[in-house]
Amino acid sequence: MSENAAGQPPMLEVRDVARYFDVSRPLLQRLLAREGKRTLRAVDGISFDVPRGTTLSLVGESGCGKSTVARLAVGLYGTTRGAVLFDGNDLSSARADAAQRRRMQMIFQDPYASLNPRWRVLDIVAEPMRAFGLVSDRAAREKRVGELLTQVGLSPADGQKFPHEFSGGQRQRISIARALSSNPEFLVCDEPTSALDVSVQAQILNLMKDLQRRMGLTYLFISHNLAVVRQVSDRIGVMYLGRLVELAPSETLFEAPRHPYTRALMEAIPDLDMTGRERIPVGGEVPSPISPPSGCAFNPRCPLANDRCRRERPEMTPVGATLVACHAVEEGRDRQ
Amino acid sequence: MNPVPAAAAAPLLEVRNLRVEFPTRRGTLTALDDVSFSIRAGEVLGVVGESGAGKSMTGAAIIGLLEPPGRIARGEILLDGQRIDNLPREKMRRIRGKQIGAIFQDPLTTLNPLYTVGRQLQETILTHLPMTPAQARARAIHWLEEVGIPGAAQRIDSYPHEFSGGMRQRVVIALALCAEPRLVVADEPTTALDVSIQAQIIALLKRLTRDHGTAVMLVTHDMGVIAETADRVAVMYAGRVAEIGPVREVVKAPNHPYSAGLMASIPPLDRKVEHLAQIDGAMPRLTAIPRGCAYNPRCPHVFDRCRVERPDLLDAGTTRAACWLHDPASEKRAAHV
Repeated sequence: MSENAAGQPPMLEVRDVARYFDVSRPLLQRLLAREGKRTLRAVDGISFDVPRGTTLSLVGESGCGKSTVARLAVGLYGTTRGAVLFDGNDLSSARADAAQRRRMQMIFQDPYASLNPRWRVLDIVAEPMRAFGLVSDRAAREKRVGELLTQVGLSPADGQKFPHEFSGGQRQRISIARALSSNPEFLVCDEPTSALDVSVQAQILNLMKDLQRRMGLTYLFISHNLAVVRQVSDRIGVMYLGRLVELAPSETLFEAPRHPYTRALMEAIPDLDMTGRERIPVGGEVPSPISPPSGCAFNPRCPLANDRCRRERPEMTPVGATLVACHAVEEGRDRQ
Repeated sequence: MNPVPAAAAAPLLEVRNLRVEFPTRRGTLTALDDVSFSIRAGEVLGVVGESGAGKSMTGAAIIGLLEPPGRIARGEILLDGQRIDNLPREKMRRIRGKQIGAIFQDPLTTLNPLYTVGRQLQETILTHLPMTPAQARARAIHWLEEVGIPGAAQRIDSYPHEFSGGMRQRVVIALALCAEPRLVVADEPTTALDVSIQAQIIALLKRLTRDHGTAVMLVTHDMGVIAETADRVAVMYAGRVAEIGPVREVVKAPNHPYSAGLMASIPPLDRKVEHLAQIDGAMPRLTAIPRGCAYNPRCPHVFDRCRVERPDLLDAGTTRAACWLHDPASEKRAAHV
């Protein structure tokens, strides 16, 4: 389903996108040590789309490539292979198109690093307006910043302050106000609450959901926290070592996770209800994306792995409403 | 099943009315104010709260590593009945490692990148235990095996950067436990790790401390980790203990409005809610702690007394909570607010 009822293309379409990084040592050292080039496959062939007004979340552990996808989605990285389509237009060809860029904004993880400490909040929030030449009149700009600050739960007077005068949660509100100031339709949020305390996290998640309802925003949400993801998502993609292993509607994923990795991730979350359920931790660690295992990347840690899994890389296959890349699920071995 | 031996009924660690101050140009800041709690041998005390609440500072005060100019202004810390808060630096250094082990959040900064992990383990063992270098090496290998590092005998001569994050944190745990301390202060030991690794580390920490009867002070902001690991929990807010009690009661039926707000704001994993419970506002800065109860500007149950008088820990039935709602004398006032 790549088009909605009105015949509009999805807000974002990611088609078989890969992004490799050259992590070789310098040429001379490489020659002396007689070694070849080394390539890190941060994202290795993933496809999904984000329909308008919905939230797609990507979850996975560090190094799985989810933040690289976030950067690819706003055109901060070019693709090694495949295409990213924003509102039907290829991002790589539209890189210089300011009108296109105005419609997408990003919210970063660390509100201490993503706000310039020497700028007043007013200037921080107004920067996208200036950059895109949206509001030229200074007074009108200040009025608009005041509105934006009110919208995210701060006061217009806060515009005169500097970032250090705010707590982490308030800074993340400033980041959101800045992102909204160019009237975007699409927001990429890379771990927007993981630097925040849990009570403040709830404030920010509520704010984001509220803004989405009011303004019809589309979100690509990146997180490692499954509980957070469940609260905000319409659909969820689980990534492992640069690939999607499962993509499903949010409720389906939580009610019936299919991929052994998804199940292991859910199993690993500490149990707040203290049912005394004995957790079975996933053994092993995430392998290096420089030399991923052959076949299915999860096979060294997977309880269901067999010869085929070690040999042949599974492709995303529909199972009900879920897309899952697992030989065991395809063969029904997971139900034994 | 109670793993606590009968002889250990007296607390191993006792913190009494601890007050930590930071003198600054603009006056003295009180970072910790009247903090009291105790931990028995074999017991895990979880310490939770938002950043800046004083959790890590309490840990630092116990292991004698307060960042200057921070200093203990009042109160005492007793290990096994002996005061350790006023010891000379060299004496405290001997206690650290031998009696108290420390595990910090970031395994990369805890380990010295220039020495092999084996050398760091041996050094710790030799400093605190009467052993020959060969015995110390054997013991170091034993501890690496104990924390689940595969091929310990080979990996012992590797440098920290040759280990992954999860493996490094295992080395840090081995380092904290190798001199068999009686108390371990673990400050966010799993925060830097991925969930799947986190579960492994928690299981490991639980098993080792149970096997060795070690008391643990576990500082974390992750309530899930606390629920799984701790026997009792202290909730801190603005440099004070807001509530302390058995883990089940504090997590499931908290008596302090702040603990209740904190627990309610954790996003549930088992269902989607339209609107998450949130605590409005932010924790006050040390420079502007409100009069009366520090939580009163954010508290949904606030009444007159909270704005003037500061509550101490009061008996709240299942737990102890620093809240006037639990003072029989203020019940009438609370009712008509």
